[in-house]
This record gives sequence, C-alpha cells and structure tokens, in this order.
Amino acid sequence: MEYYNAQELLSFLEENLKENILGIRLESRKAGIKQEEFHNIWLEVKREKFRDTVKLLMSLQYPHIAIISGHDTGETIELVYLFSLFYGEKFKEISINIKVRLERKNPAIESITDLIPGAQTTEREIKEMLGVEFIGLPDMRNIFLPYDFPKNVFPFRKDQKGLDELVPKES
Amino acid sequence: MSKSTYKVPIGPIHPSLEEPMTFNFEISGERIQSVDLAPGDNHRGIEFMGRNRNIIQIIYLAERICGICSASHPFAFCRAVENAAGIEVPPRAEYIRVIISELERIHSHILWAGVAAHELGFDSVLFLSWKVREEVMDLLEMLTGNRVNYGMFMIGGVRRDITEQQIPQIRKTLQYYKDVYQKLEDVFLKDPSIALRTKNVGVLTYEEALNLASVGPTTRASGVKKDIRQDQPYSAYADFDVQAITPDSYSGEVNGDVFDRIIVRILEVFQSVQIIEYCINNLPDGEILSEPKIAKLLGVLKKAKGEGVGRHEAPRGEVIHYVKLNESENPEVWKARAPTYNNLMSWMPMLQRQEVADIPIVIASIDPCIGCMDRVTLVDSNTYKKQVLTREELRKLSIEKTRRMLR
Repeated sequence: MEYYNAQELLSFLEENLKENILGIRLESRKAGIKQEEFHNIWLEVKREKFRDTVKLLMSLQYPHIAIISGHDTGETIELVYLFSLFYGEKFKEISINIKVRLERKNPAIESITDLIPGAQTTEREIKEMLGVEFIGLPDMRNIFLPYDFPKNVFPFRKDQKGLDELVPKES
Repeated sequence: MSKSTYKVPIGPIHPSLEEPMTFNFEISGERIQSVDLAPGDNHRGIEFMGRNRNIIQIIYLAERICGICSASHPFAFCRAVENAAGIEVPPRAEYIRVIISELERIHSHILWAGVAAHELGFDSVLFLSWKVREEVMDLLEMLTGNRVNYGMFMIGGVRRDITEQQIPQIRKTLQYYKDVYQKLEDVFLKDPSIALRTKNVGVLTYEEALNLASVGPTTRASGVKKDIRQDQPYSAYADFDVQAITPDSYSGEVNGDVFDRIIVRILEVFQSVQIIEYCINNLPDGEILSEPKIAKLLGVLKKAKGEGVGRHEAPRGEVIHYVKLNESENPEVWKARAPTYNNLMSWMPMLQRQEVADIPIVIASIDPCIGCMDRVTLVDSNTYKKQVLTREELRKLSIEKTRRMLR
C-alpha cells in the first residue's frame, strides 16, 4: 500500500472528483514540543457523487469510518462523515471529513453499508434521529429509539418539540 | 426461525457491567446461531442537551458521558473546540493532559481485567486486580481531587497544575506498577485455566475488525495496528514514540480471540507507565491555560465560527467529538462518539457459534460501556414455556464451565 501525504491526497481527490467538489480545505495542526504536523481534510461533495468518493478512498486503503454527524439547519440536512485513512504508521494518518447536504423535504442518500459494513450503526442512528433515508440499508429498524416509536417523529430535527404522548396508546 | 432453535433474550437490565443493553440470541443446543443487538435503553439525548448549554458547561457534561472514561471525553471535546476556534494549548498543559489520560488507561484496563476474571469465576483474581487498581485511583485523587470525573480539562489547557511535591508520589506509583507487572502477567497470561477459557473464544478476524470499523484493544487484538496515539499523535504523544500494541509482540501470533484482548490490555498498562514516566521526566515549564479568565474565554468562543474534530485514544478505543460553532453561546452541533458504539457490530461475529456459558466473557471482552443482562429468559419455541435465568445462574454456568475444563 502506498502512503500519500496530505498534499498528495488533496490533489488526488481534486483530480478525480473535479467539478463534483463543492469545497475542499486542508488543515494542518501542530502537536507536542517537537511541533510535528498532522492533517485534516474537509471536503464537501455533491450528494450523487458521495458513494463514488467513498469508493475512491477505498482504492487507497480501507477507510475507517468513525461516525456520521447530522445537523438540521432549517433548510437542509447536513451530514458530515468522519473518515480516517492511512492508519497503521506513525504520523501517516489523515482525517477526511466529508460533508454532504441533503434536501430537508425528502432527505435521501445511498447507503455505504455494502462497502463498509461497520457504517450500519451510525446510518441507523441518523435515519431515526433525522429522518434521512439511506437507500440500500439492510436493517431499517430503529436502533436507539424503541421499535414502536412513531414513524414520522424525528427527535433531532429543529422543529421537533417533543411527542404529544410519551407512551403511544395501543391501537 | 427453525423449530430446533431457542430464542434467548439477555438484558436489558445490567449483567456484569454498568449500563443496560439487550441481546437477542438464537440458540441451537448450547451453541449460538445468531445474535441481534438492541441498545438504546439508556439513550438520554446528551448531545441535544449540550446544544442548549455553553461550551464550558459542556466539558462537565462530556465528562459524565462515562464514569470510567471521564478524562477521555473532555479531552476529545476540548480538542474539537480548540480546533474549531483556533486555540493553542501550552505545552505544559499538553503533558498534564496526557498524564491524566494515561493514569485513566491504567485504572480502566486493570478494572477490566478484574471484571473478566470475575466473569470466569476467579473472584480472588478480581480482588487482587482491584487492589492493584486502587493505587492509581489514590494517585488520581491526589492530583485532581477526585477518583472519577476529574474536572481537569478546560478549553486551552488544564485546570490544575502538577506541582514539584506531587512528582515523587507519581514516581512511587509508577514503580509500584512496574513491580506488580510481572505478577499481572503471571496471573493473566501464564495461567493455564484462563488460557483454556479464553483461547479461540470470541474470535474476531482481521478482515472483520476492519470491515466493522472496530476500535481500540478490540481491533488491535485482531492484528489491526490502529491507535491514534501512533497514527495521528497529538498533545505530548507526538514527542513520545507510541507503538500500537498487537498480541504478536507477546505471543508471536494473532488469533483475535479473548486471550489476545487480555494480552493487549495487560501490555498497554505497561506502555502507559512508560508514557507517564516520559512525561514527568520531560515536563515543560510554563502556563497551564491559554486563557485563565473563563469569562474572557467564553467571550472568545461566542465569536468563534468553524468546525472542529477532536480525537483521543480512550482505554476502550477512539473517542471522537465533532463540534460546529456558529458565533453563538451554544454550539450549533455537538456529536460525541464513544468507542463501544463502533465495537457494537464486532459482537456479532464474536458470539457466532459460541456456547451460552461463554456469553459473559465474550461480551465483557470488548470492555463495553453499555453492558447488559441482569436476567436471561429462555423461551422454548415448541412449548413457549418460559424459564428465567438470573444473572447469578448465568454466572454459575460460566463458573461451572471453568471448573469442568480444569478437571
């Protein structure tokens, strides 16, 4: 496996994604007395190209997914996928944070669980908390919310003010 | 579901560790066919609560996500905010942060070792290891004022300094762990009965560990060299050469079983001792906070705008916090992830084809932060007759298996 440095990885992403990049930024920070550098790449891609971006990362090393952070801004739903690449050697790891914006009315994105099975827990969490539809997610049940939780209530949405009844009546 | 299998729900009320979680097992005879996880019994929406508080208040909230990782969450959260707001941490504070986190790793790993021994039925080993753990708890109390929830972390540094008078006590405790290390190794790694119960039990292969994005000692025991202290060093870890510990450095091979997870944790205790020793020998002078006045700091944070990620290698694996600041008192987004969240899926391949009596040790082997099972219900699918196993009975099964193997 070939290790890229942050600048090489940045050019690699720019070359392969071209106009599908909505924003890209390399952030370098220093650590310790020796002031060694480590890097974060903040990337925003078009929704349709997100899956291809993950495949692109997979062509370098099997990416480690930490979590998806979801945020309802009022107009859109922002997902930030926190990945890391090139782990296994000192100072080589680069964090890649990929942002995707979804329409709030009908938020949907392709699932990546077939590429990275470990993404299932976090996709299920975002699905139930923010109502994002993950196309192709094998397990559609709730994970943290009870199975009988109302289907149209998403607790982490901005306009959510709580349930009318905490315990749904048996129908 | 075929008629030859039983459904065994374990949980949600606490089995061997603190927090609730449900496991639904599909059992055929004594063997587990499949397992389905249902967490969420303790979901309190802590991130949502955080969005209604100011940044300094969230440090203390983050500290209370977990009672054992009570240095890890504030560490990661502070790093995320410092990243978002562009705050630099003075070197002395970086070193103190690492000392506290490594002391926490020692106490967490030894606590885990005790729990694992308890699950196997060696209660004398539980008492021995928790007695050993007490030394580091005393040291943490001396340094921070508390045994848990240390309250040491602040945006841009730490709240308490380590004084010259405290250094000899730290050295004394480190010496104690060096002396006791051989004993820990004898008890956990050279004992034939622990090896019998844990070798080739709860296996997680290298590929599975990668695919399921597992973290911490769980993934390292499967041979994945993944440790943020090594991969992307931060704070004082950047100065010290941390190597991710995999079991082959001790036994020469990687099996990914429970025994390998014990090896990794025991070796990491010793690694932590070395890191702390390096830190106190090289502790730089200077400030411990970039901005000592909290009101002024809050003013800066109120004007900050940007996103930040903070990562830290907690005892159980990577903790990651994501923060988005938007020129207001409260953060716009706060997302915290504990290591057990990622290790959740690793239970499925581990528990596959295992015996019912091995459930406690396999579940405990990832050092879960959301534990399970206070009672077990066995439902015979032919007659629908319920038989409830209490935690005690389940533990008895586990102990009986140990005795059986020793015979």
